[in-house]
Amino acid sequence: MNKVFPNKAALSADLKNNPMLRAEIRKQRVGASIRYIILLFFGLVMLYPLFWMFSAAFKPNHEIFSSLSLWPKNFSLDGFINGWNTGTEYTFGRFFINTLYYVVPKVILTVISSVIVAYGFARFEIPFKKFWFVTLVATILLPTSVLLIPQYLMFREMGMLDSYLPLYLPMAFATQGFFVFMLIQFLRGLPTDMEEAAQIDGCNSYQLLWYIVVPMLKPAIISVALFQFMWSVNDFLGPLIYISSVEKYPIALALKLSIDVTEGTQWNEILAMASIAIVPSIVVFLIAQNYFVEGISSGGVKG
Amino acid sequence: MSKVVFENLTKVYSNGFKAVHGINLEIEDGEFLVVIGPSGCAKSTTLRMLAGLESVTGGSISIGGKVVNGLPPKDRGIAMVFQNYALYPHMSVRENLGFGLKLAKVSKADIEKQVNEAAELLELTPLLDRLPRQLSGGQAQRVAVGRAIVKRPQVFLFDEPLSNLDAKLRASMRVRISDLHKTLKKTNRSATSVYVTHDQTEAMTMGDRICVMKDGHIMQVDTPANLYKYPKNLFVAGFIGAPEMNMVETRLDRTGEGKCHLALSSQMLGLPDEKLQKVLTNFTEDVVFGIRPEFIKLADENSPQDEIIKGTIVRMENMGAEFYVHFTVEDRELCTRVPSDVVEAKLSDSIGKEQLFHFEMSNAHIFDKKTEINISL
Repeated sequence: MNKVFPNKAALSADLKNNPMLRAEIRKQRVGASIRYIILLFFGLVMLYPLFWMFSAAFKPNHEIFSSLSLWPKNFSLDGFINGWNTGTEYTFGRFFINTLYYVVPKVILTVISSVIVAYGFARFEIPFKKFWFVTLVATILLPTSVLLIPQYLMFREMGMLDSYLPLYLPMAFATQGFFVFMLIQFLRGLPTDMEEAAQIDGCNSYQLLWYIVVPMLKPAIISVALFQFMWSVNDFLGPLIYISSVEKYPIALALKLSIDVTEGTQWNEILAMASIAIVPSIVVFLIAQNYFVEGISSGGVKG
Repeated sequence: MSKVVFENLTKVYSNGFKAVHGINLEIEDGEFLVVIGPSGCAKSTTLRMLAGLESVTGGSISIGGKVVNGLPPKDRGIAMVFQNYALYPHMSVRENLGFGLKLAKVSKADIEKQVNEAAELLELTPLLDRLPRQLSGGQAQRVAVGRAIVKRPQVFLFDEPLSNLDAKLRASMRVRISDLHKTLKKTNRSATSVYVTHDQTEAMTMGDRICVMKDGHIMQVDTPANLYKYPKNLFVAGFIGAPEMNMVETRLDRTGEGKCHLALSSQMLGLPDEKLQKVLTNFTEDVVFGIRPEFIKLADENSPQDEIIKGTIVRMENMGAEFYVHFTVEDRELCTRVPSDVVEAKLSDSIGKEQLFHFEMSNAHIFDKKTEINISL
């Protein structure tokens, strides 16, 4: 099919006179249709729970588990109104803000500390560097639940329980090896010429990091921030362990507030709030999307 | 001033590999020195040591009379142009040019002035607000050169700056850099330049002097003309010049009346007197005979008898103005350059035929096969 057609008229004329070509084109179209149908089917299967959640938020409670249909028979906003007011003295907005109170510092501290440590690993000669690197990778493999009890005891001794500090303070020390590892790999893919040129231009190591390395790392940094943002908003275990007073509850815990073991659970309220709860993640992802894809897929070097 | 001196400079990498073997070199103030050699000859390593990007294992480097071994790059008074330009991708051309000055805390007005001056010199003014990715290769390289000029360094370092450009652009950038060097020199600005390349055209056309390196040793430092005419050893002779110098391993025969003959297969070549005297002082039997293609001519009635060799033409390459004529003398293949009109007149349809060639022995070289040193200089 390497034929070049000068214009549409010529193409259709050629098509009429050439049954072989017509058959070939039809075959390609059928193939493409089949591929798209399969992709569409699996895409829908994966997205169905999400759609279900959105639609159920608009259904009255009794309808949620009685039909599979995504379209509510009795459309109602009660779920959103009651859910937002919650059963407590606070509105759901309070829990949103609470979430940001620890997510924002967590993201900022993670980015700063991980970039500095990754820069050190990728660009400096450190004694026993291999050993430290292996240790770093080993911490990624360590399940977080192993650390829960000793960490809890430690923060209790420091008097930090029922505050957000235990949730974000560890991030100031580049404790999430995965992010450090990701940044190191990205940095290794960047040519060092720019840094050498900057060194000759008069940069010291800190200026080098700030003026040259950070701008080039931008895609990777955005990926790190995005991952950390989404994982932190979704984190349930951390807040569950350290936050005890309702006024400090983040979204993850607040959603659980309405699940009552004794009475019938107001599922429409929970699903309505869950729908709202994922909005920040989706918005942040859409804003950072381009950089994010670049950050996780490439070494960041353009020709 | 800005004289650069290497004294017994040595580089050994942490894995024990010895890259630079104690080289000594003086680069005069304002000189344009080209360092050339095959890949892996440590020419870039040497340059990077001068820049301060590699540590020095032994010996010393001094710039303008001051030993700079331990100084960081920014305090050495150098500027460097890299092979892949190394422009800061997130800064505009203007910011790229002014970055060094900004770090040196030069006032904004002065930065503006110097950047504009350099931009003018390199015809970059219309590009000042572009980002590096919006530039063509040639423009990017001009910005890289501009970034060096703006800093007003004592010494300019070039690390194969034209290798990434296409042939046409390379030729024009070559001229541009040479002109720039002359302009800087005329305006009494420091212009000492060290230029690393593996391209011998660049070396021959740009350098005041050329330093030929091999495996971390300096093979010869001289002007382009001398390097071409009087190569000190086999390596330089083979490396400089295109097409390559013809080299034939052979035997030197001393005959009774103080004469020497070179055996080219079964045919003999006599040495002229001035060569003979020099060869006899370092006489050895096993030698390599070298002669550049342009010193092999088609023989005519005036050619001296002991400089004529019979060969069989095997191949002719048309280069436009001239032909590279390859011929064999028994089992050895040699090459000569013949002007196109001569080929048309005398050599049309001569492939596979025998032909007499005149070897101009006064321009030939005899190398000791063992030491590879030119014994005919």
